[in-house]
Amino acid sequence: MERPNLKYINSLSQGDKEFEIKIITIIKKEFQKDKEIYFNNIANKNYVLAAENVHKLRNKISILGLEKGYKLAEKFETDLRNNNLFLREDFQKIIQVMSNYLNKF
Amino acid sequence: MDCIIIDDELTARVIIRKLCNDTKNLNVVKDFSNGIDAIKFLTKNQVDVIFLDIQMPNFDGFDFIESIRNPPKVILTTSDSKFALDAFEYDCIVDYLVKPILSSRFQLAIQKLEKILKTVSSEVSPSKIDISSVENDLFVNISGRLTKLKMSSIDIIQADGDYVIINSEGNSYRVHSTLVNILNKLPEHLFMRVHRSYIINIKKIVDIEDNSLLINKMVVPIGRTYRKGLMKRLNLL
Repeated sequence: MERPNLKYINSLSQGDKEFEIKIITIIKKEFQKDKEIYFNNIANKNYVLAAENVHKLRNKISILGLEKGYKLAEKFETDLRNNNLFLREDFQKIIQVMSNYLNKF
Repeated sequence: MDCIIIDDELTARVIIRKLCNDTKNLNVVKDFSNGIDAIKFLTKNQVDVIFLDIQMPNFDGFDFIESIRNPPKVILTTSDSKFALDAFEYDCIVDYLVKPILSSRFQLAIQKLEKILKTVSSEVSPSKIDISSVENDLFVNISGRLTKLKMSSIDIIQADGDYVIINSEGNSYRVHSTLVNILNKLPEHLFMRVHRSYIINIKKIVDIEDNSLLINKMVVPIGRTYRKGLMKRLNLL
């Protein structure tokens, strides 16, 4: 499975450590919040709302360089709007990988 | 160039702000997590460009563009390339940036914007205005005399050929103007067009039934294309 990385953030920061810390802190915070809301919406079968959460999460997936994960999330977001949960487990694996990675910071 | 950023995600706003800060002559005046707050800001402030997210809950980027008169230039920022075709329908949209936005691609968009703004500024010439507004008052030219109307007292403005009829507290004023011209002078939070021939004061609405609304005992038709916009502006239960 592909692993998250900071390539994009580093390309933006151009060595600005203060910015790197700031953006990672924000991503971590928003990711945690989006993740919680996503799981709540899934548990309550609010799939359209869950799709909006996936939309927000996949922006973070792309920032952390998970290209395949991004494509899967894109498909899952569309599927959720049609009440299709086929990709749920795969998506949640990506979320777990992201969580583990962000928890290191 | 002054700009604002509209995006419901803080991460995206911080990244776009960083890209702006790294760009010469680009000043971020403010950023917003939703379009409504940005509209309020734009009623009193002017900017050269808006970095606008498309997919936002409740009120998306296209809703935003359609809700403002004479929008400044817009650079769309989005995760989906599927909206690119829709973007071509709007003259104000300069470019379309897909997230995550690369610095090199951002700079290309700015170059494009600078080129367009340069062309526009050399084309625009000052236009004569028949109707002047001073804060909360509207001065209308009636038979060579400038008459002051309090904007909040206006109920309805109706198109009448080359004229508009302004209904205000039981009085009617026939003024040589167009609806578009007068709409540009009115505060956006108070007035909106509900039909190709009518502008209304939103606060004066008594009730709405099917495709018409009632203001001060006058029935105003609601145009099909304006109905959605009107419903969005109302505080519906």
